[in-house]
Amino acid sequence: MGRTLYEKVWDAHAIVEGHGGQTLLHVGRHLVHDGSMHAFEFLHERGLKVRRPDQAFATPDHGVSTLVHRIEAIADAEQRRVVQLLARNTRAAGIVHFSLEDPRQGIVHVVGPEQGITQPGLVIVCGDSHTSTHGALGALAFGAGASEITHVLATQTTWQRRSKTMRIAVDGALPEGVTAKDVILAIIARVGANGAAGHVIEYAGTTIRAMSIEERLTVCNMSIEAGARAGMIAPDETTFAYLAGRPYAPAGAAWDEALAYWRTLPSDADARFDAEVSLDATALAPMVTWGNSPEDACPVTGTVPDPAAEADPERRAYLRRTLDYMGLAPGMALTDIAVDQVFIGSCTNARLEDLRAAARVARRGRAKVPVLVSPGSTQVKLAAEKEGLDRVFRAAGFEWRESGCSMCVAMNGDVVPAGKRCASTSNRNFVGRQGKGSRTHLLSPAMAAAAALTGRITDVRTL
Amino acid sequence: MERFVVLEGVAAPLDRSKVDTDQILPARFLRRPRKEGYAQFLFRDWRDDPGFVLNRDAFRAARILVADRNFGGGSSREQAPWALADYGIRCVIAADFGDIFYANALKTGVLPVVLEARVCQALRGALHARPGARMRVDLPAQAVTAPDGATYPFAIDPFHKQCLLEGLDDVGITLQHEAAIAAFESRYRQRFGWLFHGNV
Ligand code: SF4
Repeated sequence: MGRTLYEKVWDAHAIVEGHGGQTLLHVGRHLVHDGSMHAFEFLHERGLKVRRPDQAFATPDHGVSTLVHRIEAIADAEQRRVVQLLARNTRAAGIVHFSLEDPRQGIVHVVGPEQGITQPGLVIVCGDSHTSTHGALGALAFGAGASEITHVLATQTTWQRRSKTMRIAVDGALPEGVTAKDVILAIIARVGANGAAGHVIEYAGTTIRAMSIEERLTVCNMSIEAGARAGMIAPDETTFAYLAGRPYAPAGAAWDEALAYWRTLPSDADARFDAEVSLDATALAPMVTWGNSPEDACPVTGTVPDPAAEADPERRAYLRRTLDYMGLAPGMALTDIAVDQVFIGSCTNARLEDLRAAARVARRGRAKVPVLVSPGSTQVKLAAEKEGLDRVFRAAGFEWRESGCSMCVAMNGDVVPAGKRCASTSNRNFVGRQGKGSRTHLLSPAMAAAAALTGRITDVRTL
Repeated sequence: MERFVVLEGVAAPLDRSKVDTDQILPARFLRRPRKEGYAQFLFRDWRDDPGFVLNRDAFRAARILVADRNFGGGSSREQAPWALADYGIRCVIAADFGDIFYANALKTGVLPVVLEARVCQALRGALHARPGARMRVDLPAQAVTAPDGATYPFAIDPFHKQCLLEGLDDVGITLQHEAAIAAFESRYRQRFGWLFHGNV
């Protein structure tokens, strides 16, 4: 029987199989960010060394100021300390570090693909759940906590249980105004917030094939929001064209060698998946979330659900407390929800194509509410400025900032105040995610820009 | 890691599905030094509510938490199980767990136990009926005993069971495979040579 993409990558990295249900996997590349200080501390406490510094790459993102990329600009002493610690720890270990001042700095999941560090067929680990992003290039990439990261630093390996596989086939042409973000929100709404638990997803189908790498990164990014261990897309000509010429991608004879290997990776025709899901892209609409779980997504033409109409008591209780927290009335139209601010950023939706999509909408008006735009990396920022997107945003009254995680996780001072409502291109709408008491509606960059121009959730197709 | 063999103690019912790691440990506390302890940050934004289960006298000393569906989804922060462990909760029972939380809990010495949703619901009901009732979690036998004496078996990978029973941290186990790792690495570097050109 044939093997899936996941199984091929797994097999190429397995060192010791079947140890009490676990397999010791080699980690091809380890990505490091400013949240890694606990792992380095554990490593030092135990007197261990970084085993393979040449297979690790670091950049600060979670705690950096988006006002100016200088260490003194980080207002919070703890955040300042951990960004400094990242510089110190990586220097001591000999790990490549794209520092605050480095033009290659950015959100770790934007930087990896951008620099060609992320490549097909690799096992990639990072101390962050959205590591699933890197699967867009055909890597097996997943997040881990501090102890696991200590283990990776010390051994360049990780103990993992083999996952089940789920193929999600998306077919058909995307209708006008419908983006990769809408596709993944629709998938999560269908599968459920932990519906892919224990599985690695492979996204397939004509819609996925037609997507650019940046769109695929958006899709794979939110695999974790369906509970999956990882999300992957088979590498193809689009992948190879994207990687060619990137700083850490192979070149010359090494490129030919790599390419020959990458071409062997796609799932075999007779490979079997443990679960199959299919989605008709032609039936999709722009999506928006109304609740505190990414699965609470529905077409923008829809309404807020009514707890009274819900038969299941557990679900009814969830709806009641969610609508209360979100300050929404049952049955109201999503397009009647007024927003206080807009955030365009994060590792989900802050690459160049995302900013272009937002700018296309921004050109058509002026912001009615405060808008913060934070590019996913300094490279994205420079490229956007070269095209004049910063001027488009500024002319529309949007604030143009430096790159970082920013308001996606609200650790760097970019916070949504309690009780305020934010239309956001990020990936999580959890209670308090963008700041204590914040209310988040997830949507695409174009939809976020549309909300900025009208001050409420708006169907970008009707603008 | 502290060993986990048999745990007996007060169990608290948490009547919520989708308790994500941002609720267990809000992001603003993530940068605190590990040694200072995380107990005071556990469920920080719910602790202001006097009705919250861990604020009720009967449940304050809880060592076991009985939750609902999808516990611990979201962020990979190991600080979430640290906060549980530092508070004194060494076992969480739920219908399903966020994948990364499950792994992090095991590494922290917090045992995640998967029981059917209807069993979790019945257990929570029993704990509400008798606030402060105790439960027993027996790892060698892989069984949970409810306040009424009923027992429920649970599954765990032998690897994790061994780590918990012996208080082992897996770096030690891995280093025993040094020869295999070194041999693999040299093969890997040969086969995927392009990954190692001019990195540093
Ligand atoms: S942008 Fe948000 S989701 Fe992405 S790495 Fe940063 S905090 Fe995590």
